[in-house]
Amino acid sequence: MAGVEFVTGRAGAGASAAILEAVAPRHPGALTRIALIGNPNSGKTSLFNQLTGLNQKVGNFPGVTVDRKTGVSQLTPQLRAEIIDLPGTYSLYPKSLDEKVITDLLYDRTSEQYPDFVVVTADASNLRRNLLLFTQLADLGLPAVLALNMMDVAAQHGVNIDITALQQELGVPIIPMNARKGIGIAALKIVMAQMLDAPATHFYEIEDELLPMIRQIRYYFNLHNDYLALHYAHQYRQISFLSPDDRAYIGELVQQYGFEATPRQAQETIARYASINDILLNTVSVTRTERNEPYSNRLDKVLTHKVWGYLIFLGVLFLMFQAVFAWASYPMELIDQGVAWINSLIQTNFDGPLINLLTEGVLAGLGGVLIFIPQIALLFAFIAVLEETGYMARVTFMMDRIMRKFGLNGKSVVPLISGVACAVPAIMSARTIENWKDRMITIFVTPLMSCSARIPVYTVLIGLVVPDQPVLGIFNLRGFALMGLYLLGFVAAVLSAWAMKLLMKTKERSYFIMEFPVYRWPRWKNVGITIVEKVKAFVFQAGKVILAISILLWVLASYGPANELEQAEQRAKTEGKAKGFTAAEIDSHVASEKLESSYAGHFGHLIEPAIRPLGFDWKIGISLLTSFAAREVFVGTMSTIYSVGQDADQQTVQQKLASEKDANGQPFFTPARSFSLLVFYVFAMQCMSTLAATYRETKGWKWPVMQLLYMTGLAYFSALLVYQLMK
Amino acid sequence: MSIRPTNASPAMPRSVKDLRLGESGTICCLKDPEMALKLLEMGCIPGTQVRLNSRAPLGCPITVVVGESEEYTLSLRVSEAATIVLK
Repeated sequence: MAGVEFVTGRAGAGASAAILEAVAPRHPGALTRIALIGNPNSGKTSLFNQLTGLNQKVGNFPGVTVDRKTGVSQLTPQLRAEIIDLPGTYSLYPKSLDEKVITDLLYDRTSEQYPDFVVVTADASNLRRNLLLFTQLADLGLPAVLALNMMDVAAQHGVNIDITALQQELGVPIIPMNARKGIGIAALKIVMAQMLDAPATHFYEIEDELLPMIRQIRYYFNLHNDYLALHYAHQYRQISFLSPDDRAYIGELVQQYGFEATPRQAQETIARYASINDILLNTVSVTRTERNEPYSNRLDKVLTHKVWGYLIFLGVLFLMFQAVFAWASYPMELIDQGVAWINSLIQTNFDGPLINLLTEGVLAGLGGVLIFIPQIALLFAFIAVLEETGYMARVTFMMDRIMRKFGLNGKSVVPLISGVACAVPAIMSARTIENWKDRMITIFVTPLMSCSARIPVYTVLIGLVVPDQPVLGIFNLRGFALMGLYLLGFVAAVLSAWAMKLLMKTKERSYFIMEFPVYRWPRWKNVGITIVEKVKAFVFQAGKVILAISILLWVLASYGPANELEQAEQRAKTEGKAKGFTAAEIDSHVASEKLESSYAGHFGHLIEPAIRPLGFDWKIGISLLTSFAAREVFVGTMSTIYSVGQDADQQTVQQKLASEKDANGQPFFTPARSFSLLVFYVFAMQCMSTLAATYRETKGWKWPVMQLLYMTGLAYFSALLVYQLMK
Repeated sequence: MSIRPTNASPAMPRSVKDLRLGESGTICCLKDPEMALKLLEMGCIPGTQVRLNSRAPLGCPITVVVGESEEYTLSLRVSEAATIVLK
């Protein structure tokens, strides 16, 4: 065979100094491509992480909006291979968009992405169900190796597997392993480094009456195997690389032969289980151990109890919030100070418009991205641990019934709750929802939950209009107002979800049929890799968009038509001197006047007619514009406009706002205006990071744009209603 | 008023939905063809034993233990359990 290189394997992990025949990549110059496939909970992620470590990349599968995780593994000192992690699946008949990726990859031998062979992971303690997928892959004629994972659990359960006999029955190499502890990895790598043949064994005999149709498909598409042709007949509507003509051809054949997909598929599954039972009869013996009440079940008695279950869940949430709010604030402050330090370093040493762009635009924007890293890392650490231990499946189980009423599902709980900290990691955590519609609804409504960035706006405005008055001795009226705003956000999220449930159409059926995993200790390496992966994804994907907007906003706020800015500066300086301001007061007065003359200021005046019915003036208009990038910018912009000075704390902003007068000399921030503004901030989508996250997660502009329009519309009309009713 | 409601008419076959906690049954057939494909893949083959293991606090979803020797736990909604007919 051309292109085969011989590699002398040094005595690695028990291998005698044998000559290993390296796998010849199908495409010269490319690495050997190995696909990793298996049931959910079969330890696939652990195996992938063990093989690739941090050499992982997340990209898109060509043409589909599903994540594609790849990594490079050093199989022998001389040989590296590309590992593709495929979504967990129970069979080759896809039930979700995620699973469709697998069939698209494995059905097209001419594709550049086609793997040289597959590693099938199977849970040894649950071999019967795990072998279903294996027999399908074997019948497709794919060269394969079976990684028989969780041998320790199987042994505990009294399951004894005769590996040699099973190897003979299945016709492929079998590596017994414990991927969580790294046992068997070395042996698997050695087998992976060798040339693998397609298994000679067939597990399912296609019925004779189907053969004429199968043969026609086979010859038309030049396929190498009958079972693959059968899959074309089953799934021709879904296979994305088939042309409309191809589909029409199969469609006609299916009609002509009266091929009924659903009963055939059911028959096939039953037949496969029958042959798996035969195989297991000779190779697996189960000694009945005392495990009538496994400890998982006993834990569940408490953790999914109708009282304790919910209380413990609340406790876990509380801990999570505590972490994201309190613990994350220290590293966040460090990052903030670090960026400020670099900024001042540059500002004191250099000058000029480019330096301003760098410090006020690029670095300010970058700081706005980097500051979220601790929150994202902590939130995903929690979520990864909850997933790894199997507790998340229990949360889903307890919440499904409640959430389903509103068009969400059990798994939407995590994103919604994380949204109170920050919508960005929350939207990323919606990944765990397999059902496309449920996931889109969840992503869509999550930003309505009041995130931590709204807190400065809430406190300043509530402090302005709600009296500091005790209620029932221990509570405070302001506290109630704050809670009311959070509730308002939550109710809006749930009702919006419900409305979307009625509006959205989907062909995908929502299932809850899933394996209920046993409790396990988390693998810290997996948790660590998840954190690094999510942080990287956020910084690079969302970061680009935020940076672009920050630069744009900086330009708008720093430049104005003609020489209006200089004129404004001159005017402000003379005015300030005439009024006897201090130097600092003059500086902030100048800053405020310049902002009004900038393009951003002009924009504020331009949109004033549109926001006047809400009770807002052009000054609030600028704040709305600038805080579109991020809500917390509101307080900063208000301080600039009301010339409080850049370093003023919230209290002075509040006092300044309180003393602001309207044209009639009355206080400008009336309860009507303040509540209108508050409601606007509860609903409006003023967060570039969130839009960027939605863009990344939905892989298109449709959802972020809809989200922006919907939330801004909701904010506008609610604020309008509040102002007009309270005025 | 005091008449006890008859559980189900004899014509109505029992399904996994009707199992009591801890009670086992043997799968006879699957009613919903599309759902059946998913359930079969998950090992709910006719002739297999299933045991109702637990209910979520609000009664739905439920978990069942599938199989006798190499058993595993499956969670599903009550509406889905109703499509698994017992012998």
